[in-house]
Amino acid sequence: MYITHVIPWHSRVTSSAKEELEIVAPIKLAIESVSKSFKTATGTVQALDRVSLKVSEGEFVCLVGASGCGKSTLLNIIAGLEKPDSGSVMANGKPVTGPGRERLVMFQEAALFPWLDVLGNVLFGLKLKPGLRDKDRLDVAKYYLELVGLTRFEHANIHELSGGMKQRVALARALAPNPRVLLMDEPFAALDALTREQLYGDIQRIWKARNKTIVFVTHNVREAACLGDRVLLFSPHPGRVQEEFTIELPRPRDINSVDLAGYAGRIMRSLKGFTKTEGEVAE
Amino acid sequence: MKRFASAAAFFGGLIILWQLLYDAHIWSPVLVPSPASVANYLRGAAGDGTLGQATLITMRRLLIGYVIGIIFGLPLGLLTARWNVLQDTVGTLSLGLQTLPSVCWVPLALLWFGQTEAAMLFVVVMGTLWSVVIATDTGVRNVPPIFRRAALTMGSKNMHLWLKVILPAALPFVVSGMKQGWAFAWRSLMAAEIFVTILTGFGLGQLLHFGREQQAMDQVIGIMVIIVVIGLLADKIFFSPIEQFLHRRWGTGASQ
Repeated sequence: MYITHVIPWHSRVTSSAKEELEIVAPIKLAIESVSKSFKTATGTVQALDRVSLKVSEGEFVCLVGASGCGKSTLLNIIAGLEKPDSGSVMANGKPVTGPGRERLVMFQEAALFPWLDVLGNVLFGLKLKPGLRDKDRLDVAKYYLELVGLTRFEHANIHELSGGMKQRVALARALAPNPRVLLMDEPFAALDALTREQLYGDIQRIWKARNKTIVFVTHNVREAACLGDRVLLFSPHPGRVQEEFTIELPRPRDINSVDLAGYAGRIMRSLKGFTKTEGEVAE
Repeated sequence: MKRFASAAAFFGGLIILWQLLYDAHIWSPVLVPSPASVANYLRGAAGDGTLGQATLITMRRLLIGYVIGIIFGLPLGLLTARWNVLQDTVGTLSLGLQTLPSVCWVPLALLWFGQTEAAMLFVVVMGTLWSVVIATDTGVRNVPPIFRRAALTMGSKNMHLWLKVILPAALPFVVSGMKQGWAFAWRSLMAAEIFVTILTGFGLGQLLHFGREQQAMDQVIGIMVIIVVIGLLADKIFFSPIEQFLHRRWGTGASQ
């Protein structure tokens, strides 16, 4: 199951499918003074307060914070699923006005479609991509299933998969339409530690191989230090970027390495510094 | 095979029990005919074509009405789920009419359409429609929002979103609504056929009615058996495979 190398393209893959599998250039994101508030039963919650950040082409950025700090809201705004009250999001210099195929989201568990099998799920986004022949779509879907190590399970039903396998399918589904930005919303939060460790390795290799800009939301500080080029620390109420850490460790990184623990410790101390009054402690 | 054997043994046992009760002469044979005489009636009715004809007429009424009910019910349910204003109006009306036993439509149907096929169809459509509307509405409202969001990011919208995401996601609810609609339609059609003679064709319900008028208990029980068998077949041939497919895909239900 552990992916140790990126597989070569299948010899039977047609030239047009090969074209579809070409690595597309990642794009940059510019979030400019984004604010967002929600009305709840107890009043208005300022989920995001004038948040600005830049993500460069091919960068892996992790957003960390306690629950309720607005990091998932920011991800949804970048995805175009929610609109900010004020401020703007630019993807490759163009304003984001709605969901778009160049920015795909990998959600937490349970976002896979249970009425489709594994292959059907990976094909879903591809079928919506114009200018492809059905044969090419199939080849492309199978390529990504191979990339995440699930070729044998292409006709399995979703409920038959383990949590880790489900997230591999979700990753393949998000990668298949060849987006330029991958947005990941706590994708590994519901998994056990061992499965998570495998996926840390896989996601780093796939990121390298497919060259994507990745924005990764998590409440797990070690996870953020393991995956991110940069880690942005969010503070809650109102949600703001509090601090920024650049992780200068060689890749692929091991979640258990001592250097990484040093970074995670520093991030954790900052996090505790401004969440202790909230009575909330992140992992 | 083992399950088939146990089912066969059970029904065989029921018939033997029936025969024993008949042999005991507790009741008059006019009220409790022997299994053989019922079988005899069915053989005769099948032979002279009345049974086949009646079954055909009843099934035609049922299927046409049922399909019309679904054709209107599905989109209506999707619409009430999509717009709250329709839910508050059409949805509430549907809920009210669904609680109305569908045989209650028979007097109105007769006054509107007279003793015609249209009256029968109307009763079947009313039996089907409201269950399908309500089940579709409930199904759509129970679709986890994350499915919609995931589909939106992949470029699904409008019709594609409704047909390829929301409707399939609501399918377990929709199918159980269709099953309920079928049951309601079947019951109301039988009631209508028993009480109203439609001159354009005698269905199974009418045969049942004539059996009573002639005090022909073998006919009454024979037709009841046919009605039960049709209900069973509809379930086994049509609904069971769909439900099993849903259970397999969704991973719900007891192990098969």
